[in-house]
Amino acid sequence: MDRRGFIRLTGMTSVVGLLGKPILNAAGLLRPGEALTNKPPIVGKRWAMVIDTRKCLEKEGCRDCINACHHIHNVPEFDNAKDEIKWIWKEKYEQAFPEQENEYIEDGLKEKSVLVLCNHCDNPPCVRVCPTQATWKREDGIVMMDWHRCIGCRYCMAACPYGSRSFNWRDPRPFIKEIVTDFPTRTRGVVEKCTFCEERLAKGLIPACVEACPEKALIFGDLEDPQSELRELLRVHFSFRRKTNLGTQPELYYIV
Amino acid sequence: MLEKALIGDKKYWSWILFLMAVMAVGFFFYLRQLTYGLGITGLSRDVTWGFYIAQFTFLVGVAASAVMVVLPYYLHNFKIFGKSTILGEFLAISAVTMCMLFILIDLGQPMRALNMVLHPSPKSVLFWDMIVLNGYLLLNVVISHVTLDAERKSIAPPSWIKPVIILSIPWAISIHTVTAFIYSGLGSRPFWFTAILTPRFLASAFASGPALLILLVFIIKKLTKYDPGREPVQKLAVIVTYAMALNIFFVLLEVFTAFYSGNPEHMTSFQYLFVGLDHHSRLVPWIWTSVILGIGALVLLINPRTRKNDILLIMACLSVFISIWIDKGIGMVVAGFIPSPLGHITEYWPTLPESLITLSIYAFGLLLVTIFYKIALSVREETSA
Repeated sequence: MDRRGFIRLTGMTSVVGLLGKPILNAAGLLRPGEALTNKPPIVGKRWAMVIDTRKCLEKEGCRDCINACHHIHNVPEFDNAKDEIKWIWKEKYEQAFPEQENEYIEDGLKEKSVLVLCNHCDNPPCVRVCPTQATWKREDGIVMMDWHRCIGCRYCMAACPYGSRSFNWRDPRPFIKEIVTDFPTRTRGVVEKCTFCEERLAKGLIPACVEACPEKALIFGDLEDPQSELRELLRVHFSFRRKTNLGTQPELYYIV
Repeated sequence: MLEKALIGDKKYWSWILFLMAVMAVGFFFYLRQLTYGLGITGLSRDVTWGFYIAQFTFLVGVAASAVMVVLPYYLHNFKIFGKSTILGEFLAISAVTMCMLFILIDLGQPMRALNMVLHPSPKSVLFWDMIVLNGYLLLNVVISHVTLDAERKSIAPPSWIKPVIILSIPWAISIHTVTAFIYSGLGSRPFWFTAILTPRFLASAFASGPALLILLVFIIKKLTKYDPGREPVQKLAVIVTYAMALNIFFVLLEVFTAFYSGNPEHMTSFQYLFVGLDHHSRLVPWIWTSVILGIGALVLLINPRTRKNDILLIMACLSVFISIWIDKGIGMVVAGFIPSPLGHITEYWPTLPESLITLSIYAFGLLLVTIFYKIALSVREETSA
């Protein structure tokens, strides 16, 4: 491209940048709350989540949070378990909480499912073992992934005690139902997982799963803010976390 | 000295061509793996490491062969090993090269492998494994080159090489230790999360490496005029005996701790391996083959009369090698993933492309061993002539 062409192009992009949002909105290209919001970013000191399984179980078979997350993050859908990729999903109660084994547990609870996702541990083993720092813990506690640095050694998958990580065993793009353009798709050979919707927090939006839940069973908040709804819930309810004996300090709290 | 590898009879060249053909087949399938992704293997979301990483783990052990001849010779002045150190070092070079190739082909994004150097992460055991493996390779390349060159010129090796050789001894221990740490440092995998894993790695390494070396010496004796003599082979056999006895003892210690305590997390992987779990029992016949071969070999090795019989010794060494190959090259790595952290049982078995790629790396390793041994033996024939 010559110099004049370059100037023309940069000029045009800045005009589109200025008028972009109203134009895109008018054209109906933006779904509500998806991109280019003017909201200030949501910041916290230590992000965490409460999962109220009682509320979650109100609507059995509901997959709203899973669908919302997997859609906006371009998570592919394979028909075979071998290639499977998932960021948030449901597991049987005793599989999610093996240390709560109890043959005579409350009627029906055994067969019920609970939501599981990355625990965004305070002491994450996946971060410790990564040989390239492609996964790391942010100041605000979010365990992040760099899909461009990951070499695909899968050491983090061996280290995660919660099975929260997935690997792209093959090109995921043909298996994405509907590609969302403002979130990257991944290439084969890299690991991925939930990132607590850090891209939405930066735009002032709460995580997609929290927003999508019809029962308000998922509560996202700052652990270091004593006034937060999250802290209030933890104060008044009995809650527990997965596999705390391993010292990972998971930041997902379950109310049963 | 490399030119010596280019002179050989018809048998030598047919063997080289055969190995190259196997490599070519494996390379073709590796190109397919590059375009399709690691989904071409039998690996899955639950079993994320398999054949490739297991071969790497096993071959780190084979690389120990060097130290088991170098240590007695240099630290205990064990003269009869003098002629054999070079064979151990060349085997170590070939084994470590295979190890690195197995890691490389297991990467989802091999073109990004250098990220390990660009973004060094000292908290990761893999970072240290990269350092100790490359260091061990370098040490053995330098040592074997300098000592063989001196032998060719019929002069004593330079004095500075002695401390380098001494350094290679603890360094050999370090490659097993660090490789075991990759596994034993993970609280998420109870099957690996045990301090005995490191000594077990060392014991199995010091059994399988020298066992292979003994087999190679018998092959050399058959194919060439070179004969290192009975005594070094018999001494190596004693080393294999002690190491194999310790290896089996360590496995039994693990079994005791898991089953006497009754800790379900520690029992389930053993149950999967030895009796199967919820009707999943793909590895059961393999692990029992390993047990029978291991115990059978130990019986042959402990009895001095059978150990001193060449044919029985060859059988014992072959059994040790296969037994440990099954244990480390299949069982140990895969069982760590079964059951998964969420209690699911997903079985694993290598696919055909995966097996052929693995085979081709072994062919490459054998090619290296062939070329190196050819060089070493040619130098020896020349100097003795």
